[in-house]
Amino acid sequence: MNVLVYLLPIALSLGLMGLIAFLWSLRSGQYEDLEGAALRILDDDDLRDDEPDRPPNPARRDDR
Amino acid sequence: MNERIDYSAFVTRDGDGCAQLDLAIDGITCAACIREIEQGVAGPEIAQARLNYTNKRLHLVFDEAETGDAGEGDAAPVDPGPAVTRLQKLGYKAYPFTRSREEEIEAAQTSDLLKRLGVAAFATMNIMLLSVSVWSGNVADIDSATRDLFHWVSALIAIPTVAYSGQPFFKGALRSLKARSLGMDVPISLGVLLAVGISIFETMHSAKHAYFDAATMLLTFLLAGRVLDQIMRKKTRAVAGNLLALRGETARRIDADGGVTEIPILAVKTGDLLQIRPGDRVPVDGVVVTGLSDVDASLVTGETAREPVGEGAQLHSGSLNLTGALTLRAVAAAENSLVAEVNKLLDQALMAKSRYVQIADRAAQLYSPVVHATAALTLIGWLLVGADLHFAVITAVAVLIITCPCALGLAVPAVQVVVSGALFRSGVLLTAGDGVERIAACDTVVFDKTGTLTTPEARLVNRDGLDEAMVALAARLGQSSNHPLARALAHDGGAGAPFADATEEPGRGVRAMVDGIEARLGSPDFCDAHDAVVAALHDEPDATPIVLRHGSRVAVLLLRQVLRADARAVVADLESRGLTVMIVSGDREAPVRRAAQALGIADWHAGCKPGDKTAILERLASEGRRVLMVGDGLNDAPALAAAHASISPITASHLAQNCADALALGDRLQPVAEAVALSRKALAVMRQNLWLSTLYNLVAVPIAVLGYVTPLVAAVAMSGSSVIVTLNAMRARRAGSRRRVGVTSPDAARVASGRDGVHAGAGRDLMRAPAALGPASAKEAAS
Repeated sequence: MNVLVYLLPIALSLGLMGLIAFLWSLRSGQYEDLEGAALRILDDDDLRDDEPDRPPNPARRDDR
Repeated sequence: MNERIDYSAFVTRDGDGCAQLDLAIDGITCAACIREIEQGVAGPEIAQARLNYTNKRLHLVFDEAETGDAGEGDAAPVDPGPAVTRLQKLGYKAYPFTRSREEEIEAAQTSDLLKRLGVAAFATMNIMLLSVSVWSGNVADIDSATRDLFHWVSALIAIPTVAYSGQPFFKGALRSLKARSLGMDVPISLGVLLAVGISIFETMHSAKHAYFDAATMLLTFLLAGRVLDQIMRKKTRAVAGNLLALRGETARRIDADGGVTEIPILAVKTGDLLQIRPGDRVPVDGVVVTGLSDVDASLVTGETAREPVGEGAQLHSGSLNLTGALTLRAVAAAENSLVAEVNKLLDQALMAKSRYVQIADRAAQLYSPVVHATAALTLIGWLLVGADLHFAVITAVAVLIITCPCALGLAVPAVQVVVSGALFRSGVLLTAGDGVERIAACDTVVFDKTGTLTTPEARLVNRDGLDEAMVALAARLGQSSNHPLARALAHDGGAGAPFADATEEPGRGVRAMVDGIEARLGSPDFCDAHDAVVAALHDEPDATPIVLRHGSRVAVLLLRQVLRADARAVVADLESRGLTVMIVSGDREAPVRRAAQALGIADWHAGCKPGDKTAILERLASEGRRVLMVGDGLNDAPALAAAHASISPITASHLAQNCADALALGDRLQPVAEAVALSRKALAVMRQNLWLSTLYNLVAVPIAVLGYVTPLVAAVAMSGSSVIVTLNAMRARRAGSRRRVGVTSPDAARVASGRDGVHAGAGRDLMRAPAALGPASAKEAAS
């Protein structure tokens, strides 16, 4: 049963990583707008015709 | 014209001193709106814009470097005005918005519960992994050293998890124990703590079974139920908050330099001088400094007759100024006899209101003693038949674990979530957590008349007796006026574009050249038609006349508040469900009698002061009736608080809304019938669920008493019963009225909210009608 010596810590740390990821996502407000997140994926922001003279676009954020 | 709009009262600063603002947005319909709004609002002064699609709010962060030099620590004022204007150009109505305290608290609670749920779910998954290994090992060849290791690891995960995730239940249990009652949290806490305790003891003694998985799984299921309930309530509150914000209540402050600034009501300070134009709703309580006018205080008193006011008169917010311009000095709160009476009665009502015991807690009060007695009997029974103490204790604890009301704990919240979603779709916003149960229990409905059974705004009533062409002409002329009555006329007549050359004489009427002849719409004086008005008023003494003169042709249009379009159908629907319907109104006898006759309601009371209303409710309660009060005025607030359950239209006064258990959206009465129908259905499903979990216990308890419950059996039974209860709760979704009256499409709530959002009402404490702003053109004849 020596295999347990490293299998148990691996299993637990994987679970902990999941928990930490969840807490991080909660803290960064990702559960604030569940419907919006589902719709934002449909936005073709790569096809946007940005006017070059417009100041830094406020709508653009890395999580869009 | 020196006019500014000042929203700066809404701008808040975050930890870094960044100015930010939340806007409630109306008109969001699809995914494309997200991008359109976020891009459209962009401007030099805005650093970041993020739309929350779920609650339809836009969060703006301002870039102070662009708005001007911010001094050290002394931030420059930020002006959100341009952003709002840009959104308006895009076709979205936006209004600054501050979160209410309740909303803040609820948001914090939700994220707290989510955290606890996350931890509990993590623990359950990992412990289950270990438990399944042990279970399969127990039937195969696991050695006791490995099993102990697995149990110890489970204990390591379970103990901190229970200590953290179980807190809401432990706190609840302590609270109810202190109040010397047995709520649902007591058996839950007991079950969880015993499961963990006995498991630790067993693990120390290298036993075969441990119940760590049962304890954490129970917490996970129950927390999931609570989180869903909380999220639903949060959503409802957000919608209600948006509707309130989008009323866009502003006041017109007269500045020291004589200019007028439009400011949000929030920013009005005591002592400010405010300009009240004819047709405006009084935004805050105040004393008239200059001016003479008539006001319609029906939102305050329920009385539809107008009262003249002059210098020194006390005006309560929500009153509608009809004829003349007034200057008002804002005071902290109007101190007239009505408000004092309402406040006194409210205190009494809130004190007298016995705390309603929710159905789940009532069930727990019956259930806990039985379960605990069964466990005790199991212990004694096994000892009597000669089993050893250890086995007897373990079996008794197993009984407590298996009966730990997982299904019972989910039975009510699951239905609550489903039914508040269904109510939301039919235009009812539930604000009280136990509102469903209480509305369902009602057997009598008491309606207020003014603003509840009737429309808050006036409608044309004598259309049949008039020439259709004249009505159309009046409606077209009415479009050029800002007076509320002319607006109502324009809305009802529903005809073409306004005349280009129409001119308005404030306080008198509108005139325009039509077909080469002058047409006038306005007061009887303005149109010189006193005799016609007197004749027309003979049949409709309560109505307000507006006269249209076109050459020699004269038409007298009569306007008054009319019954809501679906009032009759809703009253019939409620009666067919076995409810007694009554009217209790503050208005005079004649209009109340007319409404009662039109609706076929035999039991009506007119001229009721707030105290009379609560007295009637008390009498009904002493007869053993449970009353659902539906009302909107300031004068209804004590009655709403005193009733068993209450509903307010979304156009109601603030005070009334705060006292009500639910808000009805839109300008129909149908949501009231829907609320009753859905609540009754929901209560039936809740009862069913409670019986289902009882049934489950009837099956499970004998197995536990006999000592056959292994952790595997406990896990299967627990999750099985929870799933069944949750699936059954889904049935509460399809109920609705037996007879659907009016529009109740799935989008009704959205449409309704949109409609209300567009109206610009005014009044901090009290408001209701979409009051159009502007100088008066039509005038009462009463003079």
